[in-house]
Amino acid sequence: MFKIVVCVKAVPDPKEACNLKIDPVTKTLLRCDVSMVLNPLDKHALEAALQIKAETEAHVCVLSMGPPEAGSILKECMALGADEGILLSDPCFGGADAYATAYTLATGVQKIGAVDVVLCGMASSDGATEWVGPEMAIMLDLPVVTMAQEISMLDGESWEVKAARENGYRRMRVRLPALLTVTRDLNTPRALSFSGIIKARKKVITQWSLKDLGVPAEKVGIKGSPTIVTEMCAVENTRKVEFLEGTREEKAELLIQKLVEGGVL
Amino acid sequence: MKKDNNPIWVLADQENCNLLAVTSQLVGQARILADVLETSVEVVLLGDGVQTHSEKLIAAGADRIYMGNDPELATYHPEIYTDLIVKLAKEHKPQIMLVGSTSTGRELAPLVAARLKTGLTAHCIDLGINQELLLEQKIPAYGGEITIVCPDKRPQMATVAQGVFSDPPPDEGRRGDVVSIQGPFLSSRRVQTLEVVMEEPAGIPLDTASCVLAGGAGAGDLNGWKQIAELATVLNAGLGCTRPAVDEGWAELETMIGQSGKMVSPDTYLGIGLSGEQQHMVGVAGAKVMIAINSDKKSPVFDQVDVGIVDDCQAFVAVLLEKIRQYKKQQVSCQ
Repeated sequence: MFKIVVCVKAVPDPKEACNLKIDPVTKTLLRCDVSMVLNPLDKHALEAALQIKAETEAHVCVLSMGPPEAGSILKECMALGADEGILLSDPCFGGADAYATAYTLATGVQKIGAVDVVLCGMASSDGATEWVGPEMAIMLDLPVVTMAQEISMLDGESWEVKAARENGYRRMRVRLPALLTVTRDLNTPRALSFSGIIKARKKVITQWSLKDLGVPAEKVGIKGSPTIVTEMCAVENTRKVEFLEGTREEKAELLIQKLVEGGVL
Repeated sequence: MKKDNNPIWVLADQENCNLLAVTSQLVGQARILADVLETSVEVVLLGDGVQTHSEKLIAAGADRIYMGNDPELATYHPEIYTDLIVKLAKEHKPQIMLVGSTSTGRELAPLVAARLKTGLTAHCIDLGINQELLLEQKIPAYGGEITIVCPDKRPQMATVAQGVFSDPPPDEGRRGDVVSIQGPFLSSRRVQTLEVVMEEPAGIPLDTASCVLAGGAGAGDLNGWKQIAELATVLNAGLGCTRPAVDEGWAELETMIGQSGKMVSPDTYLGIGLSGEQQHMVGVAGAKVMIAINSDKKSPVFDQVDVGIVDDCQAFVAVLLEKIRQYKKQQVSCQ
C-alpha cells in the first residue's frame, strides 16, 4: 500500500508565543505556561496526505519528535484521519538543532520503512528554519521539492509539483519516493469532527526511544547538533509611542500632518 | 585559537542572468569578516551567461570566483547544484559559507549543509567574528536576540535576507581570479524543473521606496487589503505585508517584510492591522519614523513605533484615503 509519512511538530501556540520572552537579567527564557499546538503548516501537510488517502487508500503515518506530552498532537492528527502515530521521545533527543532533528526523524522514517512520500510543513512557527525537511531528504537520499503549493499525482511513480518562488513559481516533476515541504496555499485543512475524536480514542501512539532507533546518543539531541546557542539577550524598545487622539476624522487629519512633516505627502 | 586560513564562501544567486542584490551584499559582509580572519572571499557563481558578473563580485570584495557557466546550469536544479557545490566545498574547505534567504537559497542551503554534515543558521540579522574566531550568527527570537555558533563542523553556514547588509561600495581597482567549473555535471535527475514562471512585480519596489506601507491580518478581507493597496498608491509608497497577509492570499510572498522576507529601511513606515510580531518588525527596524494603526490599544506593535492610531483599520483607512484626496486637491488648487 502507498505509504505516506507526515512529519509534525508541537509548537508553542503562535497566539501566545509573544509571551515567551528573554529575561534581560538572567538572559534565559522566562518560564511561563504557553500551550503546545500542532504547527500550523503541518496541518496542510497532513491535509494533503489525507486527500491522497481518500483517492488512493494510502496509509498515513504521522511522525513527531518531542517530549511525551507531544503525543497529544499526534492524537489530534489521528482524530483528523491519520492511521498511525509515532512519537520519537527520549531525554537524549532534547536540545536538538535542525540538523539533529532531521537526523532523528530520518532514522524514524527508515525504521517505518517502504515509505513512498514524506510530507513536512515548509517551516515551524517557532524555529522557522525551514531546514528539517530538505536535510531529512539528504539523509534519506530522497529527491526534494520545497514550498509545494499544488500537487498533481501523475501516477504512482512521479508527481508534478508547483512550488512557490519570488515573483512566480516553479513547475517541478519529482520521482517517488520523494520528500515535499508544503505551503499554506496547498489546501484548506479540515476541522476536527466528533466522530474522528471518538475513533482516535482507540488508536494507540507508538513511542520510540533512542534504543528503539538503534542510533548512538552522540548523534542526537544537543550532542548531535552542530550549532549551539551561546547568548540570549533582550532587546529594549527604543521608541516611545505618541497616540493620535480624537474622532476618526481628526485622527486622519493628524496623521496627514505627520505624513506631510515626514515628506511623504 | 589558531587562525583558520580557509576562505569564506558566498553562493551567488541569480535570476534570468541578473545577479540578485543579496549576493553583492553578502560578498561585502564576507569581505569584512575575511579581513578580520585574514583570509580570502570566494564566490560560487552558477548559471548560463553569468560571466559578466565576476567583475562586479570582485569589485564587491571577492578574491576568487568559481564560475560554472553552462546551459545545464541555467536554472537552479536542486540535485545538480547541490552535488557541484558539495564537491567544490570538499576540495577547497571553506570555513564559512553564506547563502541568500531567497527561495533558491532556502532550498539549496540545507541540502548542501546536510551533505557536508554541518550546521546552518536561518535568516541571520547580523554576522560577526567572536574572540575564538568563530562566526557569530544573530537571529531575533523571543522579543530579543540569540547568538548561534557552529564550533566544530565546517563550513559554518548561514542564510541572510536581502537588505540585512547594505550594498558594498564597488572597488573597481580590486583584483581577483576566475576559476571555470567544467562539466560533466550530475546526471541523476530524480527531480526536474519543467518551467519557471515569472510575473512582473507590480508597484513601487520595497527596497528603494522612501515610504513603506505594510498590511497584516487586520486588513480584514480582500476589500480591506485593496484599500491598503490604494493607500500605498496614493502615498507613492512601497507595499509590503506580514506572513498572515500572504497566507490569506492578499499579498505575494516576495512582498513579505521581515526576518525571512525583505529587510527595508524607509524614511517612513506605516504598519496597518498588524500586531508587531518580531519576525516582521526586525525587517523595518531601520525605518526613521514608524507609525502603526491597530484596533487594539494593547497591541505589542505600539511598543515598537513612534506614532500610534487606535481604530478599526478598514474604517480608518477609508476616511484617511478620502482626506488625503481632499488634501491633494487643495494642494493643486493652491498652486
